[in-house]
Amino acid sequence: MTQSVVVQVGQCGNQVGCRFWDLALREHAAVNKKGIYDEALSSFFRNVDTRSGNNGPDIYKGKICSLKARALLIDMEEGVVNEILQGPLKDVFDSKQLITDVSGSGNNWAVGHKIYGCQYRENIVEKLRKTAEHCDCLQCFFIIHSMGGGTGSGLGTFVLNLLEEEFPEVYRFVTSVYPSGEDDVITSPYNSVLAMKELNEHADCVLPIENESLLEIVNKIHQMINSGKLGSTVKQNSLVTSSAGSAKTLQEKPFDAMNNIVANLLLNLTSSARFEGSLNMDLNEISMNLVPFPRLHYLVSSLTPLYTLADVNVPSRRLDQMFSDAFSRDHQLIQADPKHSLYLACALLVRGNVQVSDLRRNIERLTDCPHAVLIYPFTKSQSASSPFYRNRLKPSLHFVSWNQEGWKTGLCSVPPVGHSHSLLALANNTCVKPTFIELKDRFMKLYKKKAHLHHYLQIDGMEQSCFSEAVSSLSDLIEEYNELDATKCGPRIDPSRLKIAI
Amino acid sequence: MSIVTVQLGQCGNQIGQEVFSALCSDIRGTHGLCSKKENGSYQDCCKERFFCEEESAVPVARAVLVDMEPKVISQTLSMAARSGHWKYSSQSHFCQKQGSGNNWANGYSVHGPRHKEAIMNLVQKEAEKCDRLGGFFTIMSMAGGTGSGLGAFVTQCLRDAFPTSFILNHVVWPYGTGEVIVQNYNSVLTLSHLYHSSDALLVHENDVIHKICAQLMNIKQISFRDVNQVIAHQLGSVFQPTHTAGGGSGYSRNPLGELMESLVPHPEFRMLGLRNIPQMPESSLPYSTFSWPGLIKHLRQMLIANAQMEEGIDWQVRPPSSIPSTNKPLHFNTSIANLVILRGKDVHGVDLGSFQDPSLYTSWLNPQDAFNAWKTPRAFNKYEKSAALVSNSQFLLKPLDSIVGKAWNMFASKAYLHQYAKFGIQEEDFLDCFTTLEQVISSYTNL
Repeated sequence: MTQSVVVQVGQCGNQVGCRFWDLALREHAAVNKKGIYDEALSSFFRNVDTRSGNNGPDIYKGKICSLKARALLIDMEEGVVNEILQGPLKDVFDSKQLITDVSGSGNNWAVGHKIYGCQYRENIVEKLRKTAEHCDCLQCFFIIHSMGGGTGSGLGTFVLNLLEEEFPEVYRFVTSVYPSGEDDVITSPYNSVLAMKELNEHADCVLPIENESLLEIVNKIHQMINSGKLGSTVKQNSLVTSSAGSAKTLQEKPFDAMNNIVANLLLNLTSSARFEGSLNMDLNEISMNLVPFPRLHYLVSSLTPLYTLADVNVPSRRLDQMFSDAFSRDHQLIQADPKHSLYLACALLVRGNVQVSDLRRNIERLTDCPHAVLIYPFTKSQSASSPFYRNRLKPSLHFVSWNQEGWKTGLCSVPPVGHSHSLLALANNTCVKPTFIELKDRFMKLYKKKAHLHHYLQIDGMEQSCFSEAVSSLSDLIEEYNELDATKCGPRIDPSRLKIAI
Repeated sequence: MSIVTVQLGQCGNQIGQEVFSALCSDIRGTHGLCSKKENGSYQDCCKERFFCEEESAVPVARAVLVDMEPKVISQTLSMAARSGHWKYSSQSHFCQKQGSGNNWANGYSVHGPRHKEAIMNLVQKEAEKCDRLGGFFTIMSMAGGTGSGLGAFVTQCLRDAFPTSFILNHVVWPYGTGEVIVQNYNSVLTLSHLYHSSDALLVHENDVIHKICAQLMNIKQISFRDVNQVIAHQLGSVFQPTHTAGGGSGYSRNPLGELMESLVPHPEFRMLGLRNIPQMPESSLPYSTFSWPGLIKHLRQMLIANAQMEEGIDWQVRPPSSIPSTNKPLHFNTSIANLVILRGKDVHGVDLGSFQDPSLYTSWLNPQDAFNAWKTPRAFNKYEKSAALVSNSQFLLKPLDSIVGKAWNMFASKAYLHQYAKFGIQEEDFLDCFTTLEQVISSYTNL
């Protein structure tokens, strides 16, 4: 079993990270009834004997003593980290895992990357090494940060660079929260584009997230609960937005609900690596299957279900609905339209009591494969795929010509808390292009007027070329997506095969 | 004579466990329908072939379990032990912490050399436990990283270390609509490498077994466990003891050797397909009766028309007429060699003449040599009568062609190649593999 380390940087990164640890504990508590420290727990937690103080040795087997998160919390302001340390999670972190400062980065990527980067480099490397030493077999670093600010964006990408240098064999999965158009940080386009260059070059996989999508999901759930449209009551702990313990109202801490969604994304992503299943999907497989070309590593994620109704009977129609939902815009974590763009690859990670036949049936349905009629004849239980029904299904998903059956599937037997099953879809799709184009446009609007540029250029190590290189890197990325999109409409000409002389 | 099984990767280990389970439950069953003496002989032969009687009361499977991550092996070991009727040796597994990431190059070029010694030591130990080693049976899938890549490497090592032993690779082909995105690359790399070191490849396709589960076994929500159990039943129907022509009066002492001799006359043609009849839910068995003529008729038509199961057979397909014409009938499945295995009541009187019809075969071998039959009056797995067909024919031509086509399509766009290059498999290596397989396809097409 392998371990993963979470590096949470900046205000957003730490808030999401905090929600992640909370939910991870809740998930393991639901599964691990005997209180024994097992391999699943060890992927994210150490078991420390705290009787002799916090510096106690790690215990690898036996009863759970004190769980410590495999994490590094970095922030150049103290507010968020302090709040975490005073809250219910204080025992999960140890002071040696924190790096904080007081003045913040002033929403300036250059301050985060160049100044704090330089200043804290050794400290960060040392702490990373320590965390890695506690791991038997470290497989992956998860970085959580936002792109629009200064610390998460600047220092976060500095850490990304560092990870590649110091731990080149370990995967780097980055969860990045992208700013919206109406972001109140004026310089967020600069920060984001400067950070994008680093993500292009140093990340193995990036999961972009947009606050707008998270907010829409939160509102949708709120509406569903309050409208009384649902016959039965919703299981409280099944909300993808809910926190451990008692249900909080959505008004109290609005960001918490949004952050829980991202935390659930990470939990589901790693579920098949932690728990058993009939078709495992490890993190290295995600990177292998979803990244056909090194720079095209941006994955659109969608999670279902968002909540579960209290009635426990789940007919297979409900299961099929889950697959359809995963491909609807309501469940995506970024504002993009994959259905009308080109899929390069798609992964489906299913949790719970779902079997391979459910998976096959739904993949046939989604790709509207003509073979579906032959394999599943008219029988009562499979009417969903009968020819009559097929005409009413939505148009199929468009896959790139060289990857027409581009599905990577995983089946994990352990469902998330409060659900009987769930699905995480990760798509490498050209629909991220508009997001990047918009980002570039907002950047150019500022850059043309050289607005606020001096705040950056006055930092040691920053030059005009940093900006031009960053936007050029982004343009190249957009161009790669363009080239692939161009293949979508043309006639499909399969390359001719090798001919063998008889 | 004993067979050592090497289970590779998640698929290999999951199937392996079901195979030993099926074999064990078959010999323990009371539905043998034959004399006590026959039954006793059958049980002893099976036990010698697949299990080792150590001091423990429970037979120990002659198997080596290999995987690059621990979850599956630990599940496999515990499931076996839980049955109470057999188990794996606690010393016969090898695993690592981090899997192969569905990367054939990782399995073959990194894990292979790194762990060669440890794995071959385990194999050597198992081989030494056998009084007479009959050969190796490896179980793997070709879609992932460990079974496929490490599996290809281990097969080569087996060939090097045991040059005179038979090696039969059981290879599982993934669902056509995708389980792993790079499955076609991994498949091409695996098949071409196995072709060079294995004696024969016995293939099961997930799509076909899935159909059997849906239509014949009436399983509503099909799990991988269901699929694996059907595969285990089919493998058991081939490998459980039988009386062969060369075996004298007792049970065959060299099943793998005789399999190769019957079915692989030419090294260019090593792909074996497997069909089994009848297949039905266990609950229906008491209400069904079978007749040998009926079973043989269906099995023969399944061969000729390349049907995947006993339902939906195309009865219009006929062998080419005896007057040689340039147009071979469409959809007709030409065979190089066939082996039919019959188990159960009244086997000795069964007429297999229809399988000896020369029009079924290519012209190279005498029809008497191209067709072989193994029999035993001892019924298998509660089926009063059952027949298996192992065929070296054009069964796998279309699926193989499809896999190579899709892989080539992806290769032309250079997608994912950087993932393989990272571990030392370059474009030239891919080209070599494509060439090998196009050659195989061409050979089978021109039968």
